[in-house]
Amino acid sequence: MRVNTLLVGTAMMALVGTALPAAAEDSVYIPLLTYRTGAFAGSGIPIADGMHDYFKMLNARDGGIGGVKIVTEECETGYTAQKGVECYEATKAKGALVYNPWSTGITLALIPKATQEKIPVLSMAYGLSAAAMGKTFPWVFNPPLTYWDGLSVAIKYVGDKSGGLDKLKGKTIGFIYLDAPYGKEPIPLLEGLAKDYGFKVAKYPVPADKMQDQSSQWLNVQQDNPDWMVMWGWGAMNPTAVKEAAKVGYPMDKFIGVWWSGSEDDARPAGPGGKGYLTLNFTATGADFPAVQDIVKHVFDKGNSSVKEKSKIGEVNYNKGVYNSVLMAEAIRTAQKITGKKVINAADMRLGLEALEISEARFKEIGLGGFAAPVKVTCDDHSGAHAVYLQQWNGTKWVKASDWIAPMKDKVRPLLEKDASDYTAKNAPWPARSEDCPKS
Amino acid sequence: MEQVLEVLSMVLVEPFARMATNPAFLVQVIWEGFVSGVLYALIALGFVLIFKASGVFNFAQGIMVVFAALTLVGLHEAGVPAWVAVALALVVMYVLAVGVERIVLRPLVNQPDIILLMATIGLTRVLVGFGELVFGGEPKVMIANELGIPSGVWRIPLFDRVVVIKLIDLTAAIVAIVMVAGLAFFFSRTRIGRALRAVADDHQAALSVGISLEQIWVIVWFAAGIVALVTGIMWGARSDVSFALEIIALKALPVLILGGFTSVPGAIVGGLIIGIGEKIGEIYWGRLIGGGIESWLAYMIALLFLLFRPQGLFGEKIIERV
Repeated sequence: MRVNTLLVGTAMMALVGTALPAAAEDSVYIPLLTYRTGAFAGSGIPIADGMHDYFKMLNARDGGIGGVKIVTEECETGYTAQKGVECYEATKAKGALVYNPWSTGITLALIPKATQEKIPVLSMAYGLSAAAMGKTFPWVFNPPLTYWDGLSVAIKYVGDKSGGLDKLKGKTIGFIYLDAPYGKEPIPLLEGLAKDYGFKVAKYPVPADKMQDQSSQWLNVQQDNPDWMVMWGWGAMNPTAVKEAAKVGYPMDKFIGVWWSGSEDDARPAGPGGKGYLTLNFTATGADFPAVQDIVKHVFDKGNSSVKEKSKIGEVNYNKGVYNSVLMAEAIRTAQKITGKKVINAADMRLGLEALEISEARFKEIGLGGFAAPVKVTCDDHSGAHAVYLQQWNGTKWVKASDWIAPMKDKVRPLLEKDASDYTAKNAPWPARSEDCPKS
Repeated sequence: MEQVLEVLSMVLVEPFARMATNPAFLVQVIWEGFVSGVLYALIALGFVLIFKASGVFNFAQGIMVVFAALTLVGLHEAGVPAWVAVALALVVMYVLAVGVERIVLRPLVNQPDIILLMATIGLTRVLVGFGELVFGGEPKVMIANELGIPSGVWRIPLFDRVVVIKLIDLTAAIVAIVMVAGLAFFFSRTRIGRALRAVADDHQAALSVGISLEQIWVIVWFAAGIVALVTGIMWGARSDVSFALEIIALKALPVLILGGFTSVPGAIVGGLIIGIGEKIGEIYWGRLIGGGIESWLAYMIALLFLLFRPQGLFGEKIIERV
């Protein structure tokens, strides 16, 4: 393993020109599939920065994790599945511990490959919802919750505001979404819940080349006049949708975006018109956490961050990137504990991810108390279906607008099981799980 | 049989019934289509100008829109007053035009068109990389207020309902119409315009009568740069200023197919037909097949026209003797 590590390190130095830690030091290699270019760069850049900066901070402050440095290498996907797969193929031989595709399309393309080649995929709150079924997808993890869990929270919130879920009968819920695998992912659950609660669904797909011209979609909204709107948007689609909603006079406090539609750059361009817009979220906003302050101290202040303005540290998508790295870092620690090894491999990482548990106390211990809800992944449930809260744009910043709301596990879980079963049937012969569950 | 009648009713009767029962909404749809149409025409115009002068399909037109808009916003963020930033952005676009002529076009005179097309693809990559290096990839907010672009809406009562006109859309439409008319006049009624047409017909013949190919190319690329800046301001104000704007340029393709690659009026009429046609199609027929049909409907409309006029609406009919 030591030889492999050195080989990886040498290759890394040649490829990316990164100053690696001294050859005597142990390291693990994590390729980061990011997009700093193209139509979705606005969302991709802060996430990439957050991921990098947390690892850089751990390397600088603690000397890595358990005495092992984290070596990262970015591969630009441009949010396209083809480039994402190319990145996977180009980096897997370097001893990749885990892949973070940052695109549902790329995740869907990697699930069969990574399962076959036994490299974990961490699709944090995105990707294939059914991947939460750990018994079917032992190599795929999607904590803290799936898209289906998120949608169930949105419907629960709408029900709550309407006087109960039974009051949804006869109402119309509009669903505006990026016409891509990501945007389409929650539709089966939405249609299922519509049957259960008797509401109608009006769908408004937004093709990628119409992200910045959604007048047709919002004219349809204007005509249908749905009681509530739910959005699964990304990149330039989000600010345009918020602007268009304001233009047609749609009540912003009845417009709920998914957690990927709730960055500052999504709401800010709408100006005062965006006031009241709601989105789901599972991480805190702001830099007022000891770990984030350590990023400022050890990374930003020393000129080692890609972030240009300090104020960007702590913004919504930056914190999502940090959270993604926290999940990986804690999984590495867990894997080191389980295996007793300092330098772990992909199989060990899978064990760490499957036994991942970050309690409230642990979040506090790592300097992120109150940053997110406690997370627990199990052999059976790779997402954990954790709670999220709603945040609301007040015209200048996001403010918390609800308590933590748990997903409708009773509704979502059976559908996830069915979807996982359908997936394996479509992708037959799907390998049966051969991996044991972690002992602790 | 009953099902067939139902489908026929959904396709041939219901959409028109919806139009008749809510004419104010139909007006709203046509207005939105008109605004999109003039903005498409503006993008298409950038392509047409360069194609007329050099026979090159300028693949870089989309990124020129992004580059111009980012330059404007970037300069303003650096503390330059809004209208001074506009002037400086124009200077940057002029420098770009000169640079393209000197570095890309001049060494490729009389090369096959495909070589020039490849050169513009290369130019696109260079501008993407340079733009990201200088301005970063984060979205920026267009300085619409600072430029005096109004942000309110007009609510016009019509047929007992209300038609909403966003002032920014109205401004975009007016600016685009003025730009299109100005450029059409410039290139059809002035000496430079005639020189441009001569260059478009035959580079060598134009050179032989004393027309400076280099000068014409700089003028045309600069004009395309001005168009890119205006397009970037208008589209950027409707959404945000990011590299996603590059995709907008794709909307010019069906417009060019329809209007012809060499016709300024074609770009205008084509833009309007595509803009209004795709909106009406999406709103009244889109739902029948799941919605989101605008992206390909534009090409369907263009192809339908091409069945009857292969050279496009106003394109030049080329007869080649064999």
